[in-house]
Amino acid sequence: MEDKVIQKNSLFRSDATQKLMAFGGLIVLFIAFSLASPNFFQFDNVVSIVLATCVNGVLALGVTFVIITSGIDLSVGTVMTFSSVMTGVFITFWQLPLALGVIAGVLAGSLCGLINGLTIAKMKIPPFISTLGMMMVTKGLSLVISGTKPIYFNDTPVFRQIAMGSILGSIIPGFDIPNAVLVFAAAAVVASLILTKTVLGRYDFAIGSNEEATRLSGVNVDAWKIAIYTLGGTFSGLAGILMASRLNSAQPALGQGYEMDAIAAVVIGGTSLSGGEGTILGTIIGAFLISVLTNGLRILSVPQEWQTVVTGIIVILAVYADTIRRRKQ
Amino acid sequence: MGEVLVSMEGIEKTFPGVHALSQCQFELRSGEVHALVGENGAGKSTLMKILTGVYKKDAGRIIYKGREIEIPSPRAAQQLGISIIHQELNLMPHLTAAQNIFIGREARKDVKFLVDEKEINEKTRQLFAMMHLDLDPRVKVSDLTVAKQQMVEIAKALSFNSEVLVMDEPTAALTESEIEELFRIIRQLREKGVGIVYISHRIEELKRISDRITVMRDGCYIGTVNTQEASIDQIISMMVGRTIYETSPQIPESDEQEVALEVRNLNRRGVIKDVSFKLKKGEILGFAGLMGAGRTEVARAIFGADPIDSGEIYVFGQKVHIKSPSDAVKHGIGYLSEDRKRYGLTLGMDVETNIVLASFRKFIGFLGWVNNAGVRSTAGHFVETLKIKTPGLRQKVKNLSGGNQQKVVVGKWLARDCNILIFDEPTRGIDVGAKSEIYKLLNDLAEQGKSIIMISSELPEILRMSHRVIVMCEGRITGQLSAAEATQERIMQFATKREA
Repeated sequence: MEDKVIQKNSLFRSDATQKLMAFGGLIVLFIAFSLASPNFFQFDNVVSIVLATCVNGVLALGVTFVIITSGIDLSVGTVMTFSSVMTGVFITFWQLPLALGVIAGVLAGSLCGLINGLTIAKMKIPPFISTLGMMMVTKGLSLVISGTKPIYFNDTPVFRQIAMGSILGSIIPGFDIPNAVLVFAAAAVVASLILTKTVLGRYDFAIGSNEEATRLSGVNVDAWKIAIYTLGGTFSGLAGILMASRLNSAQPALGQGYEMDAIAAVVIGGTSLSGGEGTILGTIIGAFLISVLTNGLRILSVPQEWQTVVTGIIVILAVYADTIRRRKQ
Repeated sequence: MGEVLVSMEGIEKTFPGVHALSQCQFELRSGEVHALVGENGAGKSTLMKILTGVYKKDAGRIIYKGREIEIPSPRAAQQLGISIIHQELNLMPHLTAAQNIFIGREARKDVKFLVDEKEINEKTRQLFAMMHLDLDPRVKVSDLTVAKQQMVEIAKALSFNSEVLVMDEPTAALTESEIEELFRIIRQLREKGVGIVYISHRIEELKRISDRITVMRDGCYIGTVNTQEASIDQIISMMVGRTIYETSPQIPESDEQEVALEVRNLNRRGVIKDVSFKLKKGEILGFAGLMGAGRTEVARAIFGADPIDSGEIYVFGQKVHIKSPSDAVKHGIGYLSEDRKRYGLTLGMDVETNIVLASFRKFIGFLGWVNNAGVRSTAGHFVETLKIKTPGLRQKVKNLSGGNQQKVVVGKWLARDCNILIFDEPTRGIDVGAKSEIYKLLNDLAEQGKSIIMISSELPEILRMSHRVIVMCEGRITGQLSAAEATQERIMQFATKREA
């Protein structure tokens, strides 16, 4: 009988509760905003919420992997910008074919992630410092490379379609969901499969759970950490493409501050900052929660400064809830 | 023995899904050392955590100095004069001994936010003097040996004028001479009228230090005996509910001459000095020595966990270069650390993942896809053959008992087809019943042709298991004995051969 009880408990394992709570919070916010304003629950507004979630959501996917190792990546926001700027350079300045330019832009993000991984795993610099450095480096490089001016994609109108076109809308008339949402959805599915089905996912959790024991099991922890940070950089690169496509330009001054939203989404979604736990679904819920909040408050004409305050409080409450849950265990 | 100091009656405690204590009782008199024994999970620690305010009891009474009391928090317990010294020491390594002892109640100078270091150093000096301990209060705790750190913890407990002192496995990390020192201080405290609860797995020790022994099993009180009148067999049978007979080593009469592992002139600055030895196929080679003799260091060096300065390693006659644990594993060497929780297991993950952690490569398909069916059947196979008691493959390892956790680590290396296994203190923190299972497992593995290095600080264990014994002292091999030659006395002679 005792065995049964333990198994039942494991069904309600840790991260599930937090995810449930975040999901509950999301529903509550949705209902509250719908009641507060008739403009909230409209197709266009919901689409704009989803669209607003895409960039932060894709960033947060990468951050989830990093945080599960009990690391952190502060550079995702500016790496994203760096990728947009590089995409601008490849497509507008060098006039590479669009597909090639986009892939190279994403790889620029991967490269930053790779360097993060190398400094962390090989030079043994704490992730907080390594990625803080990378944040500043990419911020500066974006400005230097672009000459502090936006790079426009006016010669390649198709580029804008990557995020803002609607394949779904062309198939089902009236169902104008922007492609960015599809990209986000696809990225989320891929991320979730990597995390739950592949060896990288298993080692991700193992490293976060006990790095030394994993190393002593003969796992090449350094190599896997490099892979994980590179993956994080790749997601930043993808977010950079989405961002640039949405704005039809690479904005070199943008990006800083996005890392905090991404980390917030991951944490709200129940991924533990001490590592070893986390889910992609939780992160997606967390990302949506932040954009619903921002959108709803804006519709209610709450000034933007206050929106930030509220988001901050939500992050603290989410982590507090997580702490209480842990204490009860 | 003096009057009754603490009396716990009808204590009940339930955790979600587990009835941890039922109708437990315990009595402590002043000026006695009262040993509390039982297998892992018997409820000793839970009972003592209730006494020291870590857990709240669900029912029952605690009578302290003739008065029924409630103990809501560890702080309350401390103020009542009830202190506990945990197995994992709770000291801040970067602070001095004195700062650690008076943390939270530092003496202040006239200006209230300035700490009076002189005063706390002086008070600490007095405490140490009382314990006849030669230690500078200003020394950083991280510079002290584990034994000395424990003394600092004891001094801290005394600084609260504790009348009840609970010690959880105090000798687990101590060498023989350090244990003597600890016992000297325990006896001193006993003379001063302090009541000491002594939790330990080492039954031989209880004969030396305790006055009475209380045995618990499966969350229940089994009985209390006077140490003088009880035999070790009697205590063990109370603990396990059955009698375990000690067996002598089963040494197969094999003329297997194939050398599985050969180490030549291994050196690591300061810790390993010119170590050379051979491990034959199917052999259990015991590594004896005192704490700090360099046995673990040799194991870690062979396994590539720590760098070496010089030396050659041959696996089945082939010279190998091991630079990292993953190199060692490739050559079929597995290391089972003395500290399972830190170095052996990813505690928060399930049994399945832990078992395949070293052999994931076998289960990876296209694009790193994990073959879950393969993982599950392999994990299931080892759970079955090693008789790991777990409600399921997805059970988190931290919920298993010490013995079963150890088996999970063994499973991990077997899943990786390791032929050379280095067991570092294989039965540390494992209860008596599970110990004999681990011994049987070691014998079975050796019989199957696995070559085993077994590092152990428990001489009876070395004598019982080893086909051959290597003794180390201060980073050197000071003696090699065949099973027939090995006796406790001879091993100790080699182990203390300081300046060889």
